Amino acid sequence: MSEVIKVGMADLKVATPPDTIRTSGLGSCVGVVIYDELTNVSGMAHVMLPDSSQSKQATLNIAKYADSAIKELIKQLLGQGGRAFSLKAKIAGGAQMFTFQSGSDVMRIGPRNVEAVKLALKQSKIPILAEDVGGKSGRTIEFDPLTKMLHIRTVNQGTAVI
Amino acid sequence: MKDLNQLNSFHLDILKEIGNIGAGHAATSLSTLLKRKIDMNVPNVRVVSLQELPEQIGGADTEVVAIFLRIEGDAPGSMFYLSEVQQAEKLIQSLTGNDDFQLRKPPFDQIGLSALQEVGNILAGSYLSSLADFTNLNLQPTVPGLSIDMVGAILNYGLVSLSAAGDHALVIDTHISEVGQTQEQTAGHFFLLPDPDSFQVIFKSLGVDVNE
Repeated sequence: MSEVIKVGMADLKVATPPDTIRTSGLGSCVGVVIYDELTNVSGMAHVMLPDSSQSKQATLNIAKYADSAIKELIKQLLGQGGRAFSLKAKIAGGAQMFTFQSGSDVMRIGPRNVEAVKLALKQSKIPILAEDVGGKSGRTIEFDPLTKMLHIRTVNQGTAVI
Repeated sequence: MKDLNQLNSFHLDILKEIGNIGAGHAATSLSTLLKRKIDMNVPNVRVVSLQELPEQIGGADTEVVAIFLRIEGDAPGSMFYLSEVQQAEKLIQSLTGNDDFQLRKPPFDQIGLSALQEVGNILAGSYLSSLADFTNLNLQPTVPGLSIDMVGAILNYGLVSLSAAGDHALVIDTHISEVGQTQEQTAGHFFLLPDPDSFQVIFKSLGVDVNE
């Protein structure tokens, strides 16, 4: 029996076939999928904020920030049989849910998250094979480690597969 | 106050009263607008983890109509007015007299959308101004944003400034409903999410010792 492994807000998990892995209601958050092309071990992180050095918390929730979440996800993948040279990524999310006149930094969080995720993946030398980022719609995404397809559902634009 | 667990039942009662006063005024405004009777429930104040929050409103995938605004001034925070899609449609139909107004599929009627935004403005404005009067604090709402989307996506946007400081949010949730001829119908939920540093300011303004 295959299961759907659910990833919450500011959370990350690893899955292997036949299980699939999903996260619901990505707004300004970014869903990062990293998978090993050959061994199929796959992980997903639901990133809320760009930079862990901005954290005001005593104990850091590493899954919340782009830089620390991607580092941790890679570590867990390597621990479960993933190999650094065949890791690939697909990303989705980073929407601008509301439009405001004031262009304050907090309100631009979607694009900033996307930038931070791309930077962290680049630093870890993981190529992004597909992306669906920006826009104004929330997304629910589900990744199938076997087919390596990322299914993206939005409220008004139907379903896409990347 | 850095730790939300420091809040005792006395503090929670005060926050409940804030929800009561705010949503009470907003319900009155809505009632005047619609010329119908609007009821409200006793506010629910709770500390929830960021993961749990969308689950409490039917799951992250649930489609809702949301009005969101930031509160600026002495005690910053986020405020949401969330309503079921069907309820928001009915509200706008009765306000604009356009029975074809729908929020299921774009394009949406511009006049209807702008009416909806204005309703959000009025409701949030009356909530906030009564809160400002009560606490004697300077609170200014930003122009509200409107979105029809998944509740998870909407909430995580409003949680950004909170989430940098912790993994929990304090939610003052007030539920208002329309008293129909046959049954009660949900009109919507108000969610007030004060930023972490704002509690101290709110309690102080009311003369309550935070460490009581």
